Amino acid sequence: MSNTILEIKNLSAGVENKRIIKGLNLTVNAGEVHAVMGPNGSGKSTLASVLAGREGYEISGGEVSYLGRDLLEMAPEERAREGVFLAFQYPVEIPGVNSTYFLKAALNEIRKHHGEQELDAMEFLSLVKEKMKLLELRDDLLKRSVNEGFSGGEKKRNEIFQMAILEPKLAILDETDSGLDIDALKVVSEGVNKLKGPDNAQLIITHYQRLLNYIVPDFVHVLWDGRIVRTGGKELALELEEKGYDWIIKQEAVPA
Amino acid sequence: MTQETNSIETLVKKEYKYGFVTDIESESAPAGLNEDVVRMISLKKEEPEWMLEWRLKAYRHWLTLTEPKWPHVKYPPIDYQAISYFSAPKKKGEGPKSLAEVDPKLLETYEKLGIPLREQERLAGVAVDAVFDSVSVGTTFKAQLAEKGVIFCSMSEAVKEHPELVRKHIGSVVPYTDNFFAALNSAVFSDGSFCYIPKGVRCPMELSTYFRINASNTGQFERTLIVAEEGSHVSYLEGCTAPMRDENQLHAAVVELVAMDHAEIKYSTVQNWYPGDEEGKGGIYNFVTKRGMCKGRKSKISWTQVETGSAITWKYPSCILLGEGSIGEFYSVAVVNNYQQADTGTKMIHIGKNTRSTIVSKGISAGKGQNSYRGLVEIRKGAANARNFSQCDSMLIGAQCGAHTFPYIEVKNTSSRIEHEASTTKIGEDQIFYCNQRGIETQDAVNMIVNGFCKEVFKELPMEFAVEAQKLLGVSLEGSVG
Repeated sequence: MSNTILEIKNLSAGVENKRIIKGLNLTVNAGEVHAVMGPNGSGKSTLASVLAGREGYEISGGEVSYLGRDLLEMAPEERAREGVFLAFQYPVEIPGVNSTYFLKAALNEIRKHHGEQELDAMEFLSLVKEKMKLLELRDDLLKRSVNEGFSGGEKKRNEIFQMAILEPKLAILDETDSGLDIDALKVVSEGVNKLKGPDNAQLIITHYQRLLNYIVPDFVHVLWDGRIVRTGGKELALELEEKGYDWIIKQEAVPA
Repeated sequence: MTQETNSIETLVKKEYKYGFVTDIESESAPAGLNEDVVRMISLKKEEPEWMLEWRLKAYRHWLTLTEPKWPHVKYPPIDYQAISYFSAPKKKGEGPKSLAEVDPKLLETYEKLGIPLREQERLAGVAVDAVFDSVSVGTTFKAQLAEKGVIFCSMSEAVKEHPELVRKHIGSVVPYTDNFFAALNSAVFSDGSFCYIPKGVRCPMELSTYFRINASNTGQFERTLIVAEEGSHVSYLEGCTAPMRDENQLHAAVVELVAMDHAEIKYSTVQNWYPGDEEGKGGIYNFVTKRGMCKGRKSKISWTQVETGSAITWKYPSCILLGEGSIGEFYSVAVVNNYQQADTGTKMIHIGKNTRSTIVSKGISAGKGQNSYRGLVEIRKGAANARNFSQCDSMLIGAQCGAHTFPYIEVKNTSSRIEHEASTTKIGEDQIFYCNQRGIETQDAVNMIVNGFCKEVFKELPMEFAVEAQKLLGVSLEGSVG
């Protein structure tokens, strides 16, 4: 058995008396790419938020272990430093804060956490140059303020670029494909594929199958009403594309 | 939303680093103000008769005035008879002739504050005048400046050594009739700095004055005058701190700047007077009149201020743009936390043709702080083609603070152009979470976001002070977000 990175057991979570995730189980091992698919309101983004530690969510049951530790006990920044990365569905703008400065601060926090020496400006720049090639990023993006005035595609690309620099153990991509045109989608996917490695894992949350034309998952999970109701290989995504979510939901209602 | 306010409002107070008191024997005038006190101050300073006359006229005028009530700040009435109007570190015999003769305790104080006065230890390229309570304790680099003809000394010294210059310019920009606090200052001003940059000289170093209030129950009333002759250039910085005390202390300064043809004065302030504790007890009342006169053609006056201290701040560094093609600038960061209140802004009075002004104001409110921007852009009839650009941005941290904007615009010339932009943002839980998710903890995230917000102003500060200002901002807001 390979190394387990993430293990979610019977997780229930929601906001203000509204349960959104209802007994979810999921295990992600190193080297794996998992896709979580589901219709709107099925709990996809809630799952991403709970894993990253966003405030405002109530955990009403279950447990989440990350590299053997209780993830839910960790502060958001600690999760990040331990290698949990969330590529945001809506990356936030931070006016006046230079992108490069921001990313250097983030990387050095992570390095400090692991007892590694912080990178100086020159070392960091050479790392940036190396990773920029990966994503065909225009270098003027890094001279601008964090996400400020970026197009939708640029923001998403920037998220993947940050992921490339920070080299997470567990990358959660929250609807990274939404709002991307086909070219941007290709670039983002290629980036994600290049970042895949034997020691890390990716959890790709998406509504549509089209991202999975470019990122090939090892597992596809269908999320419906806060639970994973079906798990399969990449062919499950294609089937979903063809038949729609209703197909599974109906089957779910009348177990075979 | 409740989640957001709950987490944002956990307030923890960061200790005020400069709150110590220097144990030094000082000589203070008894509390209270009357003509005899004014005479006493003038006598102590061995002033010429004209100076005393001017003070007395100011005092008599002050008696006819009432304290202004229009600022958007609240404080209990000030008892002007309970304040001591003069305090000076006791001198041993004659006054210090050089820094070597200054009381070592005073030098120690400045070192604690990070302002070394001993020349060999001084910041490279910055000449410092230090004002302790009411008197100047020493000015560095005098000799080097004198070579270029630059005069940089305490106001008391200037009155004695350069009476013709002082007499010509004092009150020329801020007359003693200007307002209540300016009149009070004119009557009792104790010291301050005087700078004179002769024609065509580019001042070879930054000039800096460091103000420190030490004694209790005293007011500090310093007066600064900077005169830049034709084609000259000077960059001046003032810094301020005070000990932590339970009572409120009054600081009512006057700053006057005069710029002749093609002259340029850059005046930067990092104000960090004691702001009071987290319950709003104590702190400095900072009621200051600052004004610059662009007298000559194409002259330029630029104010940059970073205001993080004081219980109450009430000041409007302004420019009178008299000379044709003259330029006025105002860049401001004002931070209020806990119970601090600030009513600050600027006035740009366009009189000459083709005059231009820029206003960039960044107000940050945290805790229960109240921050108001108040600004006047006035275009007089003869100011053809005058231009103004104003940008007033407010940032709110938490749900119990306030940001207010009072822009006044008066235009009497149709060829002028005025732009005003304003925005109010709340530091978002989303922004903080985004930083957290990248490994940056909340306090660092707030500093980063706030510094980003203030960037346009910080870049106007001289390099070494910009770094200082960023740190100061971090300290002022420490604990404002939980």
